[in-house]
Amino acid sequence: MSNEEIKEFFTTEQPSATFDETGEWLTILIEPANWKPLAQKLRHSALHIDYLFCLTCIDWKTHLTMVYHLSSTTHRHTIVIKANLDRAHPEIETVSDIWRTAEFHEREVYELFGVQFLHHPDLRRLILTDDFEGYPLRKDFEDPINMIKL
Amino acid sequence: MYTQTEIIKDTTAIGSEGELVINVGPQHPATHGVLHLVVTLNGETIKNIEPHLGYIHRSIEKMCESLSYRQFIYVTSRMDYLSSHINNLGSAHCVEKGMQIEIPQRAKVIRVLMSELTRIASHELWLGAMAMDLGAFTPFFYAFREREMINEIMEETCGARLTMNYIVPGGVMYDIHPNFQNRVKEFVKQFKEKVTEYEDLVTNNIIFQNRMKGVGVLSTEDAISYGCTGPVARGSGVHCDIRKIFPYEVYDTVQFEEILETAGDSFARYMVRVREMNQSIRIIEQLIDNIPEGDFQAKTKAVLKLPKGEFYSRVETARGEFGVYIVSEGGTTPYRIKFRSPGFSNLSALNHMAAGSKIGDLMATMGTLDLVIPDIDR
Repeated sequence: MSNEEIKEFFTTEQPSATFDETGEWLTILIEPANWKPLAQKLRHSALHIDYLFCLTCIDWKTHLTMVYHLSSTTHRHTIVIKANLDRAHPEIETVSDIWRTAEFHEREVYELFGVQFLHHPDLRRLILTDDFEGYPLRKDFEDPINMIKL
Repeated sequence: MYTQTEIIKDTTAIGSEGELVINVGPQHPATHGVLHLVVTLNGETIKNIEPHLGYIHRSIEKMCESLSYRQFIYVTSRMDYLSSHINNLGSAHCVEKGMQIEIPQRAKVIRVLMSELTRIASHELWLGAMAMDLGAFTPFFYAFREREMINEIMEETCGARLTMNYIVPGGVMYDIHPNFQNRVKEFVKQFKEKVTEYEDLVTNNIIFQNRMKGVGVLSTEDAISYGCTGPVARGSGVHCDIRKIFPYEVYDTVQFEEILETAGDSFARYMVRVREMNQSIRIIEQLIDNIPEGDFQAKTKAVLKLPKGEFYSRVETARGEFGVYIVSEGGTTPYRIKFRSPGFSNLSALNHMAAGSKIGDLMATMGTLDLVIPDIDR
């Protein structure tokens, strides 16, 4: 499916979405509140986006950006969904019931960035120990003992 | 619900009536690394498996934020140490994509040759370790006999046996050793003779087949939903080989088949890997006499600077799709880097695959996922 068709889908489903075509793939910035119903439509509509191959977060110091790399195993198109979150109270709905791989990826983002995934079935730490303080992948994280920065 | 620390202290207090919670790992001979699985059993039946990760978490992603685009390649070898060439390749690719460096044809061919040799070496180690997990000791020595030849070839050309750091942005670090072609041909010849021994010893072994068939079944839809890639997904019939879908380097000019099995059980995953080794040999045979003359590295500046933007590259490692996502602010170091490791997603399907089966089958299921723990923990 071409980028134009995907854009058409978004303009009807999500009029507030903005597009960015400078990168390799079509990037769509959406409102975090709209994410869950949109994800359901992406998965079950004719776009048939069934494969979430990368889920991550970026700390821009003023806000956090969730990045979802999605593609379709039947049509072979790839899109990137982004949602900006408030840095003080980052919250977004989980998509682990739509793409099961998100369960582990969201747990990782939860502990490394402190993003709360609402209605996640098992939102606990995966990598770090329970007594670890802070969110290591945020830009303001400093650990004087175990220095990660060189 | 319990926390990670609690469960290590007291495993008897958590399970409800008739349930037993056991810890497999962090030090367990069949996890081949420090992986900790908390397994809830009812009798001998697995009810739930919960992986606890992070025993060798080094925060490689954060580390890379303060390393230059030449330096961070070296760290990637330490993730999936059995596919270090391909990890280097994925990372170098991403930098080349950002800087729009065109690399010489000779470097491309060398990269593919190295990747395929790595894939064979990785599958060999897996084959030996897998058979050993199931109680057969001999295949380990058979597999290591061939793997040693690859290691020697690597040592000669790259100077290392495990963490190669040979592929760099712009090409490869130095030219191949004069002996390289002859030694690879010798290896190919020997491998073709010896590979039949695996068939006799392992594949056609009725005990092995009984342990593997119908165990840890993963359906096609679930494989996609869990983000499985590589031989795990191809054993369930998912067409997912990056070398075929998004060919990089010279993969679009060589003849090879993407191996697909449809059963989705442990035996299917085993067959995919064994047959994949033969395809890798096929690629090597096509390229080894056709390494073009020319430069092995493109001319690049000493200090690499990526333009502002986001770059993503995907390569096929021995374990599946490896992705490198670089967010650049225009400086000499990445602003944010994310490694999409194949093992992490493959592991997330373990609970789904093994729940309901017997504890004795857990190793047959887990073994065929081919987990490399530093790749998962990063």
